Amino acid sequence: MSKTLAGKIWDGHLVRSVEGEPDLLFVDLHLIHEVTTPQAFESLRLSGRRVRRPDLTVATMDHNTPTRGGRAAADEVGKRQLDALEDNCSWAGIRLYELGSRHQGIVHVIGPDLGLTQPGMVIVCGDSHTSTHGAFGAIAFGIGTSEVEHVLATQCLIQRRPRDLAVTIDGSLPPGVVAKDVALGLIAHCGIAGGQGCAVEYRGSTVRSLSMEGRMTICNMSIEWGARVGMVSADDATFAYLEGRRYAPTGSEWERALDSWRSLSTDDGAVFDREIRLDAAQLAPFVTWGTNPGQAVPVTGRVPDPADENEERALRYMALQPGTAVQDIPIDRVFIGSCTNSRLEDLRAAAEVAHGRHVHPRVRAMVVPGSARVKLEAEAEGLDRVFTQAGFEWRDAGCSMCLGMNPDILQPGERCASTSNRNFEGRQGAGGRTHLLSPPMAAAAAVAGHLADVREMAPSPLPTRPRRPRGDRPEAEGRGRGYTY
Amino acid sequence: MRAFRRHEGRMAPLDRANVDTDQIIPKQFLKRIERSGFGPFLFYDWKRNEPGFVLSRPEYQSASVLLAGPNFGCGSSREHAAWALEDAGFRVVIAPGFADIFRSNCLEVGMLPVQLSEASVRRLMELAVEDPATVVSVDLDAQTVTAAGFAEGFNVDPFSRQRMLHGWDTVALTLRHEDDIAAYEAKRQPWLPRVTAG
Repeated sequence: MSKTLAGKIWDGHLVRSVEGEPDLLFVDLHLIHEVTTPQAFESLRLSGRRVRRPDLTVATMDHNTPTRGGRAAADEVGKRQLDALEDNCSWAGIRLYELGSRHQGIVHVIGPDLGLTQPGMVIVCGDSHTSTHGAFGAIAFGIGTSEVEHVLATQCLIQRRPRDLAVTIDGSLPPGVVAKDVALGLIAHCGIAGGQGCAVEYRGSTVRSLSMEGRMTICNMSIEWGARVGMVSADDATFAYLEGRRYAPTGSEWERALDSWRSLSTDDGAVFDREIRLDAAQLAPFVTWGTNPGQAVPVTGRVPDPADENEERALRYMALQPGTAVQDIPIDRVFIGSCTNSRLEDLRAAAEVAHGRHVHPRVRAMVVPGSARVKLEAEAEGLDRVFTQAGFEWRDAGCSMCLGMNPDILQPGERCASTSNRNFEGRQGAGGRTHLLSPPMAAAAAVAGHLADVREMAPSPLPTRPRRPRGDRPEAEGRGRGYTY
Repeated sequence: MRAFRRHEGRMAPLDRANVDTDQIIPKQFLKRIERSGFGPFLFYDWKRNEPGFVLSRPEYQSASVLLAGPNFGCGSSREHAAWALEDAGFRVVIAPGFADIFRSNCLEVGMLPVQLSEASVRRLMELAVEDPATVVSVDLDAQTVTAAGFAEGFNVDPFSRQRMLHGWDTVALTLRHEDDIAAYEAKRQPWLPRVTAG
């Protein structure tokens, strides 16, 4: 019988499947961080249970870590959480990439960085953006703390099979349009609950032509339209990205893995429960105007008339008048980072716009690499100097201003152009106002001092730097496809 | 998990769509390492910034059933949102739709997410506005919601229903299948990553 990609992986992970009950699914990789795990470990200990597979569990510190000044800069309550994670990992024998480690970083950046994220796996984490890992042809989804405890204790999850939803995007992306715009355009098209209950497979020539980084951006934003799972079947780009990474298979196992991974795609004739089609040529650089990620318009557009009370509320919160041209909206802050857009290619794209220009005097702009490794790689290419010479702050790795759990927050009333994933009320700091956009668009806004059309700012070629950072892997890394998102 | 069979209580009408978990419990309160004590921070910003916010009104202080708009609980996976609602005394949330992770977190916590049509939720909101003392009865056994002149059935999957009715510990349920788990583990592909502490 023909199967979808999600169906094949799901069936391959069934520990138990009984008619009328949800399935018992095996978890290949459980990523954990400081915020959604302390209660899970506590409850596990109170029940007299142990962590079944510490070797399939990997921890890092990312959500409330400061991006300057290290652990000493964390507040007291935040430190307690970092301490708790350290104690719990040491109790259970779990590998922890703590603050200061060269592999520390945002949990959804380090998984791929380390080669832990591989095709065909089931990956979970107590974080809704776990769908990011689906870019490698894996089933990856966010879970709550009780489910974290369940996975710690059993390495399994009780789950109902999601419906299959195909999103097919064909055609070449117009100039200035990148993966983030595909995600924002898709959410604006489908509505923020449009993917509920579904495993989304992104397909079509546009998706195929995206780099791994671009695919991660799109899969990452799946949850923003309600889908827990977003995935792209693996291909040569996936294998090239993986080869040589720390936890990727080697030697004859690499060959065996490749054979297996190549068979992991949706069969011809497999039936999806739903299908959505999008024409890449219709996309533009998008900017959100409201308080959910679906409230987006092209940068050449205007703030719309509110259609209902919820939109009126959003406009009030954002202090915007209907009819205002998007490019007339001045900004105070710029944030380039988050699990959506903090990888090397994202930083390169922003740097190309920033290079030879300067941040507007009214704007405070911050670049936060997704992991310590991305930071080193970017520095080896000289991106840090491009940014600092242009007046951007160059920070240490972490979630930073995406969610305002650490010292990087907006002040009440501040307006921010942000490459993150959520523009909810107060998300980046109580009273803060967020406009979501792509990394190059964020850099353009930083320079202009208002939301701006990156297509009107010619990118400046970056200085080439052949030197590679000290790494634990040979040549393959970062090789290949250039910046196409 | 605490068992749930039937609950009677007053309703609080939160007539907003797409309420995200950042609103239910803002991030600055996620740093606690305990599971309790989140109630006082429920809808913290809305309570603080919006005069007359529905959950600040005296007439809804004793409400234990929250009525909300579609796509309730979207966004972050933080179970703290369900803990905060439960800690503030809510046992049931009734809405035309829930975000997947939030729904699952509610079931884990033993707080019942009830999905009704938009028109039905609207009718219940009207009842709660007309007379805040209106009592609604939510029966998981019979799968019904009843209130002054209102009666409607709701669907919940049989496994979740049984689990809540009995307050089952799902970890214990899964551990009964330890042999199946071990058998699965024995046949996993050899190249899959394993990470040792150190």
